[in-house]
Amino acid sequence: MTRIGVITFPGTLDDVDAARAVRHAGRDGAAEAVPLWHADADLRGVDAVIVPGGFSYGDYLRAGAIARFAPVMGEVVRAARQGMPVLGICNGFQILCESGLLPGALLRNAGLHFVCRDQWLRVENNETAWTSRYERGAEILVPLKNMEGRYVADAATLDELEGEGRVVFRYVVDEPEPGQAPKRHLGADSPNGALRHIAGITDPTGRIVGLMPHPEHAIDALTGPSDDGLGMFLSVLDALVAA
Amino acid sequence: MARVVVDVMPKQEILDPQGQAVANALPRLGFDGVTSVRQGKHFELEVDDSVDDATLAKIAETFLANPVIEDWVVRRVDA
Repeated sequence: MTRIGVITFPGTLDDVDAARAVRHAGRDGAAEAVPLWHADADLRGVDAVIVPGGFSYGDYLRAGAIARFAPVMGEVVRAARQGMPVLGICNGFQILCESGLLPGALLRNAGLHFVCRDQWLRVENNETAWTSRYERGAEILVPLKNMEGRYVADAATLDELEGEGRVVFRYVVDEPEPGQAPKRHLGADSPNGALRHIAGITDPTGRIVGLMPHPEHAIDALTGPSDDGLGMFLSVLDALVAA
Repeated sequence: MARVVVDVMPKQEILDPQGQAVANALPRLGFDGVTSVRQGKHFELEVDDSVDDATLAKIAETFLANPVIEDWVVRRVDA
């Protein structure tokens, strides 16, 4: 059975939904969600780790700045460098950036408002451990809810990400024209001012992925806007079984 | 004991919407002539004499500031 760890920090909110998404993806008993505690330098033998969303340590100093130094994160960084798949969602993405596992940083939304809505994303890279179940160019609908979601990096880093195909998700807007089917495109600006509409990126190996929107909140039509997010959790199970 | 001040500011090329919001509010409050505001962080540390400048620089670079997005200045001041 594949064991996927889900970390809980003080202030984490979405660990329960992340664990539920793992169980949902492994419905036939193929996967188990393993709770990991911030203060334990122990990954409990898991095969992959999810760093979930929330407000770890109250987002004091900077979002993710203090969580990065939690005992469990030392183990996550060590395991990630050896190839363990790691997914950072929202605050988890911020933590992975602060940890240096992913480049760039997440800043206060350009509009200064907390953004909370269902958001269309375009899958730009379906060759990561977390996105192989999607078609390249697929458009998925998942919740977006954050205050610090504006992805920034210097121009050289952005060019490197683009050149290596490491932008995994981009924000797209849904603007149907009268009498036409909805046609989604990048729009004038991203919902939070993220540079180049970047919603999620990966490391050079494609095993570490971070994104601001919340696939774990979109795993079935009963509780989410779609089940589009489930593919990320199914993807990593595929990757681990194939390994 | 010494007092150390660390000032952390968003890099010039980084959009600072909080600073802009402050700048935009000033004319509404009747304060004219302020053309730009940038908002950062100011830390005051009380440190033992055993803490050297290299350690202070490391504290600022690895924790108080994020070098990807922020510039910082460390200085010792008279307590």
